[in-house]
Amino acid sequence: MAEIVIRNLRKEFGAFTAVQGSSFTIGNGEFFMLLGPSGCGKTTTLRMIAGLELPTSGEILMDGEDVSQRPASQRDIAMVFQMFALYPHMNVRRNISYPLVSQGVPRAQVQAKVAEVARILGITDILEKPVGGLSGGDRQRVALGRAIVRNPKAFMMDEPLGALDAEFREHMAEELRALHDRMGATTVYVTHDQLEAMQMGDKIVVMNHGVVEQFGTPQDIYDHPATLFVADFIGSPSMNFLRFQGAVRAGDTSVNLGGVTIAMSEVQQEASPRDLVLGVRPEHVTLSDSGPYRGRILASEYLGTSQIITLDCAHGVVKARAPSGQVVRSGDTVGLSFRAGTLALFDAASGRAFRTAANAAVQHG
Amino acid sequence: MSAYSVTEPSRASKSVAAVLVVVYAIITLLPLLWIISTGFKSGPDSISYPPRVLFEPSLEGYVNLFTTRTRIGAEQFAALPPPETWYDKIVRQSGTVIAGQSRFGERFMNSVIIGFGSTALSIFLGTLAAYAFSRFKVPLKDDLLFFILSTRMMPPIAVAIPIYLMYRELGLSDTHLGMILLYTAVNISLAVWLLKGFIDEIPREYEEAALIDGYTRFQAFRKVVLPQAATGIASTAIFCLIFAWNEYAFAVLLTSGKAQTAPPFIPTIIGVGGQDWPAVAAGATLFLLPVMIFTILLRKHLLRGITFGAVRK
Repeated sequence: MAEIVIRNLRKEFGAFTAVQGSSFTIGNGEFFMLLGPSGCGKTTTLRMIAGLELPTSGEILMDGEDVSQRPASQRDIAMVFQMFALYPHMNVRRNISYPLVSQGVPRAQVQAKVAEVARILGITDILEKPVGGLSGGDRQRVALGRAIVRNPKAFMMDEPLGALDAEFREHMAEELRALHDRMGATTVYVTHDQLEAMQMGDKIVVMNHGVVEQFGTPQDIYDHPATLFVADFIGSPSMNFLRFQGAVRAGDTSVNLGGVTIAMSEVQQEASPRDLVLGVRPEHVTLSDSGPYRGRILASEYLGTSQIITLDCAHGVVKARAPSGQVVRSGDTVGLSFRAGTLALFDAASGRAFRTAANAAVQHG
Repeated sequence: MSAYSVTEPSRASKSVAAVLVVVYAIITLLPLLWIISTGFKSGPDSISYPPRVLFEPSLEGYVNLFTTRTRIGAEQFAALPPPETWYDKIVRQSGTVIAGQSRFGERFMNSVIIGFGSTALSIFLGTLAAYAFSRFKVPLKDDLLFFILSTRMMPPIAVAIPIYLMYRELGLSDTHLGMILLYTAVNISLAVWLLKGFIDEIPREYEEAALIDGYTRFQAFRKVVLPQAATGIASTAIFCLIFAWNEYAFAVLLTSGKAQTAPPFIPTIIGVGGQDWPAVAAGATLFLLPVMIFTILLRKHLLRGITFGAVRK
């Protein structure tokens, strides 16, 4: 198993820059998520770590050794592809044993290892079948089997659950996480699904347009987004943005939103008057008749345990997550209150969050 | 016109289609059947008018194809010991004796060597080139591909004279190697283009998986790409073989003694002792067999191959 350090990693395809200057560290044994919308550079980053693309510049250190210019076959990593990439002309057993055969492992040892892996994954009964007729889940397990059979330094997974249907994906995600916990292997996992990333990851890197937006634990990223992009991308429904103008002074413990004072964590930065964005998660908005900040109810969506109430406010549309029992009527004007410690303040032009007492401890990407 | 279903053809249109297919098959197969049957006719039967559909089969044509015969004087003929073999007997019936072996076997072997040799070489070079064009960043890739294809934009025979002069200078005239190189040069563009299409269709993930599993690029190509390109390789091989096997013009021009193939040889059989149509037909029939057998062996690949990979399984 290995620690992987990424330093100023950059990849250009002709005039197009897919990844620009990424830096982050993947700890030994971590389940590490590369998250972002399609085209954000996450897959290119993964492929550079795997050795399928060579970086234009920058370093990839595996256990302190720079491997950035080495071919994939010399990096001792395993990869699970989105479409699984099982060798179609081989049966399940040969697919799983293939990485061992390439290393010249003696036949008896290969047999024993394949049997062990098949037992772990529960695919002993399909070992002699051709891969063509397998179900999506079994293909996934065979692909995992081919990856874990060799005890590589790290696993790369490129949206491995993307080809499965929703119901099965949930199940496979649990299986994958359980497998990881059992093996303790460093895993780099690419996904565009924020729920998958939050659910499975120890750490998440959020990327957009080839730039690392934020790097941290799922909790840090959810509670203290470093940029407007992260705030918008993570969470469903996403963070509410209230746009207003004003100045920021160090030591402020509130913002003035159209004459209404909204309390928040102590700001630790200064900024001249400019366009600002106050970010608040829907679950941190409560409806109360007495609240000084007012909004008109547009609609409510019933979700079983909770409901999402959409309100029209002076600084934009706000969604609030409320208990499903709460009775609301469209058209009513109600007061809103926000939980002070959870608010984030962004500079609208740069998109970056101001440092506050709440997010100061969170590493910015 | 009556209403029709988009998914299921009506009974009437199915039967019309069936009749058309059968009629077309008969029209295309009739000359073939005629050649095969003529090969088993006696000389007089082969030229009788009206043509005979039913006749007494004879192996005269095949015997004549493989032998040279000579006519000898009546006393000498009478003095011969009784024929020892069945083919001696057949030859004696027309008042001749076997003088020796014809060169058909030799020419046929030349065709096999040159046809299969150039096919193998075209496929070998074509697969490597197609893989490189499909997977690597080749400078001027599109121009090179166009250049390769452009070799087929004129009939190959248009360059017959330069090639004739070139081959004479290089000592390649009338050699197996010369003919193999020539047919390979003609086939290679077809091979590269067809095979590139097939290899493009194979997802790169398979090779990438192999690279990560610890294989080198060439091992990944050999063990993962090649088995999956088998369909394309088989159908391309058939196309290459059919061209090289049937090629006539260059064979006439460039070969005469050592490396002459069967196509220029078969017509010369006519001249050896009257118009020996059964022997010509027998030669044509035997000539058909290798390509037919090769095609039948690779048939299951061919069906998918001739759609050029347009249909995914």
